[in-house]
Amino acid sequence: MSNKYIGQSVKRVEDKRFITGEGRYTDDIVLPRMVHAYILRSPYAHARIKSIDTSEALAMKGVVAIYTGKDFENINGVPCGWQVNFKDGTTMREPKHPLLVLDKVKHAGDGVAMVVAETKEIAADAAEAINVKYEVLKAVTNPKEALAPGAPLVHDEYPDNIAFDWQIGNDKAEVDAAMDSAHHITKLDFTNNRVVPNAMEPRSYIGDYDTAYDRYTLYTSTQNPHLIRLLMCAFVLGIPEHKVRVVGPDVGGGFGSKIYHYTEEALVTWAAKQLRRPIKWTSDRSEAFLTDAHGRDHVSTAEMGFDKDGHIVGLRIKTYANLGAYLSTFASAVPTYLHGTLLQGVYTTPKIHLDMTCVFTHTTAVDAYRGAGRPEATYLLERLMDVSAHEMGIDPAELRFKNFIPPFDGVNQAGYQTQVALQYDSGNYHAVLERGLEMLGYADFKEKQAEARKNGKLLGVGFSTYIEACGIAPSAVVGSLGARAGLFESAQVRVQPTGKVNVYTGSHSHGQGHETSFAQVVADKLGIPLADVEIIHGDSDAVAFGMGTYGSRSLAVGGSAIVKSIEKVLEKGAKIAAHKLECSTDDLDFADGKWTVKGTDKSIGFGDVALTAYVPHVYPANLEPGLDFSSFYDPANFTYPFGCHIAVVEVDAETGKVTIKRFVAVDDVGNVINPMIVEGQIHGGLAQGIGQALLEGVIYDENGQLTTGTFMDYAMPRADDLPMFETDRKTTPCPHNPLGVKGAGEAGAIGSTPAVVNAVMNATWHLGVRDLEMPLTPQRVWRAMNHK
Amino acid sequence: MAETVNITVNGTQHSKEVEGRTLLVHFLRDTLGLTGTHVGCDTSSCGACTVHINGKAVKSCSMLAAQADGKSITTIEGMANGDELHPLQESFREKHGLQCGFCTPGMIMTAADLLNHNPNPSETDIREALEGNICRCTGYHNIVEAIKDAAEKMAVPA
Amino acid sequence: MLPNTVDYYRASSVSDALNVLKANPDAKILAGGHSLIPAMKLRLNSPSMVIDIANLSDLNYIKEEGGNIRIGAMTTHGQIAHSSLLAEKLPLFTETADVIGDVQVRNMGTIGGSIAHADPSADWPAALLAADASIVVTNGDETRSIPATDFFVGFFSTALEEGEIITEIQVPVPATGTKMTYQKFMQPASRFAIVGCAAMAKVENGVVADVKVAFTGVSDGPFRDGNVEAAISGKTTTAENIASAAAQAASDVNLNADHYADEDYRQHLARVYAKRALSAVCG
Repeated sequence: MSNKYIGQSVKRVEDKRFITGEGRYTDDIVLPRMVHAYILRSPYAHARIKSIDTSEALAMKGVVAIYTGKDFENINGVPCGWQVNFKDGTTMREPKHPLLVLDKVKHAGDGVAMVVAETKEIAADAAEAINVKYEVLKAVTNPKEALAPGAPLVHDEYPDNIAFDWQIGNDKAEVDAAMDSAHHITKLDFTNNRVVPNAMEPRSYIGDYDTAYDRYTLYTSTQNPHLIRLLMCAFVLGIPEHKVRVVGPDVGGGFGSKIYHYTEEALVTWAAKQLRRPIKWTSDRSEAFLTDAHGRDHVSTAEMGFDKDGHIVGLRIKTYANLGAYLSTFASAVPTYLHGTLLQGVYTTPKIHLDMTCVFTHTTAVDAYRGAGRPEATYLLERLMDVSAHEMGIDPAELRFKNFIPPFDGVNQAGYQTQVALQYDSGNYHAVLERGLEMLGYADFKEKQAEARKNGKLLGVGFSTYIEACGIAPSAVVGSLGARAGLFESAQVRVQPTGKVNVYTGSHSHGQGHETSFAQVVADKLGIPLADVEIIHGDSDAVAFGMGTYGSRSLAVGGSAIVKSIEKVLEKGAKIAAHKLECSTDDLDFADGKWTVKGTDKSIGFGDVALTAYVPHVYPANLEPGLDFSSFYDPANFTYPFGCHIAVVEVDAETGKVTIKRFVAVDDVGNVINPMIVEGQIHGGLAQGIGQALLEGVIYDENGQLTTGTFMDYAMPRADDLPMFETDRKTTPCPHNPLGVKGAGEAGAIGSTPAVVNAVMNATWHLGVRDLEMPLTPQRVWRAMNHK
Repeated sequence: MAETVNITVNGTQHSKEVEGRTLLVHFLRDTLGLTGTHVGCDTSSCGACTVHINGKAVKSCSMLAAQADGKSITTIEGMANGDELHPLQESFREKHGLQCGFCTPGMIMTAADLLNHNPNPSETDIREALEGNICRCTGYHNIVEAIKDAAEKMAVPA
Repeated sequence: MLPNTVDYYRASSVSDALNVLKANPDAKILAGGHSLIPAMKLRLNSPSMVIDIANLSDLNYIKEEGGNIRIGAMTTHGQIAHSSLLAEKLPLFTETADVIGDVQVRNMGTIGGSIAHADPSADWPAALLAADASIVVTNGDETRSIPATDFFVGFFSTALEEGEIITEIQVPVPATGTKMTYQKFMQPASRFAIVGCAAMAKVENGVVADVKVAFTGVSDGPFRDGNVEAAISGKTTTAENIASAAAQAASDVNLNADHYADEDYRQHLARVYAKRALSAVCG
């Protein structure tokens, strides 16, 4: 079958509405009689609520209702979706995350009251008139400090602030022995800086309740409407799932932050029934900074040991992961199963051990942010590689070639079994580094660097050869790892009588372009024009079920589910075609949208078969009418994209300011359906990864106040901070899904960060710079260069 | 205290009562239902709310609706001429200059201001002109390409 | 957030604005609004009334008269950045205007509004100080001209008195051959100045004459740096002389500190930027 669309940079079908201002984001939706909610939030990181007086606010004209923690005393909090156990097997500690706080606020921004009013202005005015008396308590925001004896307690019932501890890898004694045998050990202390996802659309929710049908609707800026429905119905509000419709309309970016079930979703849904009116809540950016789950925030000590030839003999890591005040939906999985399992990297390291302690602090919850655990693993490994190379006087590219896992395709060669539980599907790590070096012109670069140094310019190059686990994931595997849900995906392919096709997918697009790339797959597999395919997502009433979009899983899992349904359509279509053509299905070939009797020119088109399925006058006996199939696809393994990122930077010797001169990215994400979209995903990931390296970082002050709580203080990458990216791809297909795809959404954010930091280190190594803490603000680089 | 404002938006004259504190962006979104103009921050930083007032790009979140009295406003909804897209709109699509689409209206309005007085901008000109617009999806690469492409389309043949 | 309730008044003339301001002492003058409205949205500032002076087109001009450049208070940063008169006679101002905020801010924000706000990290104050500008203010009865050195009193604070508004900025046309520059090290999030250094100098026979160096962002208010000026005045324009003069910068001021630049680093940056600015104007 010839592919007309797959592999082509088809322009996106969804763009028309976005470029004309006709996108429909949640805050754009207006329902009749709608009222507006405003959440009054704690100004303190840690305080006891002594009293709340809402009387003045309630008396204000236009105020409809005010709710406080008392209203939710007997209602569950929002749950964590992933159970991780302590090393000793006991269950992780899972504090209640109430919809509104009753007694003790645990981070700045914790919700204290919800005002519902006729307009958002009145709701905000009334919130100001609520009088809350607090007893302010000492707060702790750093995970290591939270473990110190006498540290303020986030949850009084957990006297050490530990959520759980965890380990993975080889036996600790074996790893210690390997490290003892090492010829050279590189040891580094790291902080993987806390960042704020900052999708450009702030979170927004509308709760609605239809008395006539006893039915709720929640419009939500989410990455996974069905998951929200499941969590909210079964775990929080205890309302019947079949009486709730959750719609995720156009969503303005997610990057992980819109996976989770947030308190405000349950609040507006619950209150809509109380008030019998639709309720809208839309976050301010300042609120987003305080309440959207943050990312990263690890404090680590990591050691990598080498033999005298530069082969890695062991890797030993101790990390403290800051989970914030509450366990967000995926929080416990991120520093464990999405992090520890990636510490093999792309190297043959024989012995690996990670000791992880996950800690509560008086800060916003931390959860998956683009890459989720894997950027933190990659950062450790790739920083260690470049530092080791510099320390041992080996070229960083050479050190990598020496230690790469040899190429394997997962078909002729088996998958690669790591020391940290996973089995890689297929990989060719040499190829991406070779191509990266070629694009960089490494030999030329070294000359340029020497020349620049003579002129007092600080030019540096940094490498990163990353791997990630995407396409999450086999339900049985994640279930054994503590996931409280499956991670399959569903798809329905509904062929209409005229041969037009609606596809209902459980994946959710919030920028990824599913309406185009999924349609490309469907159109080619059915041999019909792209315009005859419509992709429908984001509505629990329309789509049977869905686990949603995160972990670079949409095409690998959601796309594979579509392929399964298409196979069923074609199988039934063949029966109809065979009947019409008076032959056996074995005699038929399907290509270019028609079934042809082999060796003849007798054929019937897809449209005719579709029509026959719905007008079954001449029809096979014992075959149901209709052409409409659903499938659930549960993958056999994760997928393992990988790549090579190379940054070239110049450091201003006087100010410490870093400028990215070039950025080369060679990524292998398996087969590609739409190269344009894949490239766009890589670009966006690179910007976020570079942002973490150079610009972005959350700072809490000693009272637990978020110092970087607006775009005026928290530096987002802007157009003039970034270069044009030089990208290329290699293709090692995924051996275990029908499309051979691996996923591209997170790659850029995973690989790029250490490349940038390594480049700055390379530019300043001769000045004695060894330790660099992200974000590499000019001040930090200047201090490092001047040993201040 | 209510104010009456007379504002022309995308060629249509509106006379409406607004509160003194009503921001222009909320007037456009809530009063006129023109929801293509977005609110992405509360510190005048992100540019998602960018519209043109008398032909110049401004942030509609940092203006009162009353300040726009007597002015002519163009929003993203007014950029196309019927079914004929503005070259910037076409180029954003052709060059994949958008992903989630939330920043896109502001990006296009800012880019239009740039091309109005600099019809042949360099990459640096474009990046500097976008200083007040944040995109979290694209890494800006394809936005720069789109604006370059639109400039070429709009160039009057010699 | 959204602003608190506020009354809006559109002034028809300067005297109208002043009369209303007199009657409503809690009112705020609204120029371009790009300092005031963000503060109102965060409810850091909740005036009972705003008096919009945008319609006062007689406060929007750039002209040369009697040896002075005169800029109306309601002239936008964008108009200044694109002024051919200023590009020729006072390029310090076009250069400064060009790096204020972003294009949207420059299209709406005004020079008068910005200097009345007196943000310690704003760009204009350094340029005004280096250019020996005066700020013309009026309360309706009395008009006075305040030298920039007296106008900027400190942290968000000016010599503007209750009931006064700014009408004009006056700058003596620099002597022919005067070189000038504004060099800014930007805070990466807000894009305000961590250090902004404005400098003007004339070099006669290889010797630096008539030099002015002013900073913004460095301290709680903008300031002329007399130490740097004294150290380079009358000296030849060698790199050594420039470097040693620049090394005097920000020596006796209270230094601002935040997570992007503590006192040490900020002082260091002031010196780097003094060097860069002096190198540009003494070349």
